[in-house]
Amino acid sequence: MTILTNITIKIWRQEGPDTEGRFETHQIPEISDEASFLELLDILNERLIEEGKEAIVFDHDCREGICGTCSMMIDGQAHGPQKGTATCQLHMRTFSSGDEIVVEPWRATAFPIIKDLMVDRAPFDRIMEVGGFITAPTGGAPDANIIPIPKPVIDASMDAASCIGCGACVAACPNGAANLFTAAKITHLNLLPQGQAERYKRAEAMVEKMDEYFGSCTNHGECEAACPKEISIDTIATMNVDYWKSKFKNRQHLDR
Amino acid sequence: MSMNLDANIPEGPLADKWQNFIANERLVNPSNKRKFKIIVVGTGLAGASAAATFGELGYEVEAFTFHDSPRRAHSISAQGGINAAKNYPGDGDSVHRLFFDTVKGGDFRAREANVHRLAEVSNEIIDQMVAQGVPFAREYGGLLDNRSFGGAQVSRTFYARGQTGQQLLIGAYQQLSRQIGLGNVKLWNRMEMVDIVNIDGRCAGIVCRDLLTGEFSSHSAHAVVLATGGYGNVFYLSTNAMSCNVTAAWRAHRRGAAFANPSYTQIHPTCIPQADDFQSKLTLMSESLRNDGRIWVPVSADETRTADQIPEDERDYYLERIYPSFGNLAPRDVSSRAAKRMVDAGQGVGPLKNGVYLDFADAIERLGRSTIEERYGNLFDMYERITGENPYETPMRIYPASHYTMGGLWVDYELMTTVPGLYAAGEANFSDHGANRLGASALMQGLSDGYFVLPYTISMYLSKLLNKPIPDASHEEFTKVENEARDRFANYLAIDGTQGPDYFHRKLGKIIWDYCGMDRDADGLRKALSDISSLHEEFKKDLKVTGSDKNVNQTLEKAGRVDDFFELGMLMCKDALNREESCGGHFRVEYQTDDGEAVRNDEDFAYVSAWEWTGDPLEPNEHKEQLEYEVVKFQTRSYK
Ligand SMILES: Cc1cc2nc3c(=O)[nH]c(=O)nc-3n(C[C@H](O)[C@H](O)[C@H](O)COP(=O)(O)OP(=O)(O)OC[C@H]3O[C@@H](n4cnc5c(N)ncnc54)[C@H](O)[C@@H]3O)c2cc1C
Ligand code: FES
Repeated sequence: MTILTNITIKIWRQEGPDTEGRFETHQIPEISDEASFLELLDILNERLIEEGKEAIVFDHDCREGICGTCSMMIDGQAHGPQKGTATCQLHMRTFSSGDEIVVEPWRATAFPIIKDLMVDRAPFDRIMEVGGFITAPTGGAPDANIIPIPKPVIDASMDAASCIGCGACVAACPNGAANLFTAAKITHLNLLPQGQAERYKRAEAMVEKMDEYFGSCTNHGECEAACPKEISIDTIATMNVDYWKSKFKNRQHLDR
Repeated sequence: MSMNLDANIPEGPLADKWQNFIANERLVNPSNKRKFKIIVVGTGLAGASAAATFGELGYEVEAFTFHDSPRRAHSISAQGGINAAKNYPGDGDSVHRLFFDTVKGGDFRAREANVHRLAEVSNEIIDQMVAQGVPFAREYGGLLDNRSFGGAQVSRTFYARGQTGQQLLIGAYQQLSRQIGLGNVKLWNRMEMVDIVNIDGRCAGIVCRDLLTGEFSSHSAHAVVLATGGYGNVFYLSTNAMSCNVTAAWRAHRRGAAFANPSYTQIHPTCIPQADDFQSKLTLMSESLRNDGRIWVPVSADETRTADQIPEDERDYYLERIYPSFGNLAPRDVSSRAAKRMVDAGQGVGPLKNGVYLDFADAIERLGRSTIEERYGNLFDMYERITGENPYETPMRIYPASHYTMGGLWVDYELMTTVPGLYAAGEANFSDHGANRLGASALMQGLSDGYFVLPYTISMYLSKLLNKPIPDASHEEFTKVENEARDRFANYLAIDGTQGPDYFHRKLGKIIWDYCGMDRDADGLRKALSDISSLHEEFKKDLKVTGSDKNVNQTLEKAGRVDDFFELGMLMCKDALNREESCGGHFRVEYQTDDGEAVRNDEDFAYVSAWEWTGDPLEPNEHKEQLEYEVVKFQTRSYK
């Protein structure tokens, strides 16, 4: 265990959605390199409470990189400097003594700030509600082994399904687009034999719902670099193909 | 007061009970379903699957979660897999065997009829989840793959890399999203249920606090389902997500729902050991790793060499040595205690000597690195991110941690608590795992409760309410309970002491871990009861919550949850003290054999303890549901 010293945290504070925010600066004299970045914020918060000040609000839950709740820009990067790593899995050993670390919320028009570092990501749920599913009501499903699915297909579907819905892709995108998220969701289901019946309808509905909230994709590729699950930008191509097929060839009617 | 603990088990031979129930149940006809409103609190596997299915059936459904989205529930972090009796590998599995393994794994403290039903519906769960698009792992031929898990000698576990819970929850969340999109389910997110309301002897609804505005509101319904997860965070450090808590179940308990077997908690053997004092949670390394990893410690307590420098004959592969037939796959409680003994004996490894090795060197040599990477790659990466060590090269270090709670709200066969109209599902109830849960069975139980049990059983109750008016949220009882909740939260802010809720939680967790953790004894439990009680008094005088109750205040949320953990902690110790035997996760040092194995006492303790709240957390009333075994015969649980 090594102790890091003299860390400066410049962190965004904002009372509510309609108030102005500002940076606040805090000194952390000592911290173990074994601590996670969120544990550093825990320690800071306990100190603030003892001093009678309000704790910094931030979203987090599993602290295992799987629930997608944590969401911070750290030194201008979504989830911070370590590739393929969500904020909660970032450890202080990534930083050095004397560092100044700048912490901000996701910045995107579709994700309004609720308070401090907490934002509202509800538009993701809205996209899911219009097509991010296979219609398979409970009961009456056929035996699970009735349709063999080749391993490469299930693997590709699983790669896309690994999306944790954190919103880093949107936060990293200069246009605030949600194409990587939406494409991951569509690709997960559209690759599967079970997903074929609603394939085109799904793509069309989800893309159009996405467009109601988010900016448009101009192929920057920042989303892929920021994704803690390293979801491939190729999924966007899959999504676009299905969307345009649906649009131009009226494929969505096949699903109805 | 007397309490009705009739489990309502259907007639007939064990294997026919569930079908008999379905054949004879009272139904609600489709056009009447929309006259009934069901509230589901919690949108994890159990809650999301229940809410989605109720919606499909035509009920009016409102689902509540304190998360921003159903997809965040703690179910998402389950790694290893889900059991089912499919017998796809043809290795001798059957519904009966899954049932038997679960009863035995639970150390003969679970209700036979419930467990049998769970085993029966297990296969439908896999069918259902595949139909919904869950990308379970497959063989090259395209058929589903299985792995084995602790406490079983067959391969019956379905998995999706090390992210099974994530994929299952996304499946259930997709079904729920569809129902929300169709307008059949209304979702209330970032809403915390803080109390239930009973009127005229039935549950009439709930009171919630909006986590964004701090506002309290009342919601009435014909029936309420709590699917609010387990209470493993009572230990402060656990593998649970940070927000897991007991409040919903506890508040229901305070309003008359019996709390069953609170002392049955599961300590998972394979977690990353604590690194320092301000650690906020412990990370699980899936039990599936024990399929290929070998567990060992150095023979000598004075060992200073690194793992690779220690020769074979100076290593103790203690699980393989003590439990030759199950070896590294011995069940969780057995493996956890064995690890603790090794560490207590000074043979622990790592900088703080607080772990044991889980070594993949043999497996990598036998199967090749790429196979191991394929099976466990994401777990290995996670381990490296947390510890800075590479498990392909040095063995992992692991140690037991609080992981799952078998205890929970008492429910009958229909999953109804002792409060009519109030149901509990998933980890929040006590129903299927007895004194110890087998790996990959919690996901199965959550989905079984939500998809395949509640949708059938709830109509038994609802059909009786047809065309009878129910009180709405303007009823004076709702106002009263809402005011009590408002005062409670205002009071946390008003105390204005010196320490935040985490300070108290950490201290509480340590008491419970030390005295009501992996092993327990009467003196320790008595001490814990008095320590918890005095710490709770200190909490009430010295708590400090900053900020306001008019917008997001995570310190205030935490204060309410810690307050409830105190009272639960006392009940756990009470329960552990009364149960003068060792069974499953409950190990009383006074009751063990000469070589340290648990001694169960079926004569006196083959019952479920169901506790009644009396108003004084130190003086609860114990009621007993005697367990009758028709099919399984008591036997000493041996994995040797
Ligand atoms: C790290 C880890 C790995 C695991 N791996 C496995 C595995 O491989 N196989 C297996 O079978 N099991 C595993 N388990 C256990 C299993 O994941 C859980 O038991 C199961 O997912 C619980 O599901 P649930 O639906 O009951 O509750 P949860 O998923 O915990 O959901 C609880 C829900 O209730 C809501 N809630 C709670 N209280 C309130 C309130 N007061 N007001 C409003 N909403 C509330 C939450 O928002 C959430 O939506 C694992 C557990 C852990 C900790
Ligand atoms: S807290 Fe769950 S992904 Fe970071």
